[in-house]
Amino acid sequence: MSNLKIGDKAIVFDLPGVDGKRHSLAGYAGKEIVVVIFTCNHCPYARAWEDRFVQIQADYIAKGVQLLAISSNDAVKHPDDGFEKMKERAAEKSFNFPYLYDESQEVAGAYGAQRTPEVFVFDRQRILRYQGTVDDNYEEPAAVKTPYLRQALDAVLAGKSAPTPETAAVGCTIKWK
Amino acid sequence: MVRVSFLYYEDCPSHKLALERLNQVLADEGIDAAVEIVKVETDAQAEQWRFVGSPTILVEGRDIDPPAPSAQFALTCRAYRREDGRISPLPPPELISRSLRAAAGR
Repeated sequence: MSNLKIGDKAIVFDLPGVDGKRHSLAGYAGKEIVVVIFTCNHCPYARAWEDRFVQIQADYIAKGVQLLAISSNDAVKHPDDGFEKMKERAAEKSFNFPYLYDESQEVAGAYGAQRTPEVFVFDRQRILRYQGTVDDNYEEPAAVKTPYLRQALDAVLAGKSAPTPETAAVGCTIKWK
Repeated sequence: MVRVSFLYYEDCPSHKLALERLNQVLADEGIDAAVEIVKVETDAQAEQWRFVGSPTILVEGRDIDPPAPSAQFALTCRAYRREDGRISPLPPPELISRSLRAAAGR
């Protein structure tokens, strides 16, 4: 269970990105929507969905939607989730959004994120409007019946509520220290 | 009869689908198998079973997708590469089928 409920304000953060810059929530104040995605390198669910993250960012960038991916996993137990490996993954997959390293795990802890990937959609006022999974089929993108994240983005951009504001995140557990 | 071990870690949600997939492949191939289901719960068990992630399927004691020698034994979810190059938390049916057929001498 997330620490944030639908209608709660976003929790601010300021984290290093694989691009060598720091990224804070305040830095994206001009965006209509900010999507915070807790993800990581090693988890097969995160990997199965990451191409869809890239496509979603490409499809919604002109509408003012910004994805921010955060990896919070313990890189000692999971070396593939270390910062240098994150840089490699972002380059390999041509991530078109910042990929941030939450080494202390404070951000994931504050959000109450439990899985990778786990998605939080915040509106213009940075109010939580959707939380959960990406869609209903990690295995086959072509077989998705309910694209929860896209539905939420479309609804919030239209000034409406997400049709399904909360879903269960499907993925690996976050690897805590 | 072919010996199959299905190893899983409860926190990885794909294990039920993976077991269904294994049973479907066994049925499709008409292979008589004794399937042992093992819930891996501790790091010690992961070491003992040489478990590199959930789900893992052993056919006659051999991993259907032998991991790299450097792979760590851990309570984690396992990534499989499909024939189209995409990553999946589920072992591809062809991979399961190949191992079972080889063990059955086909």
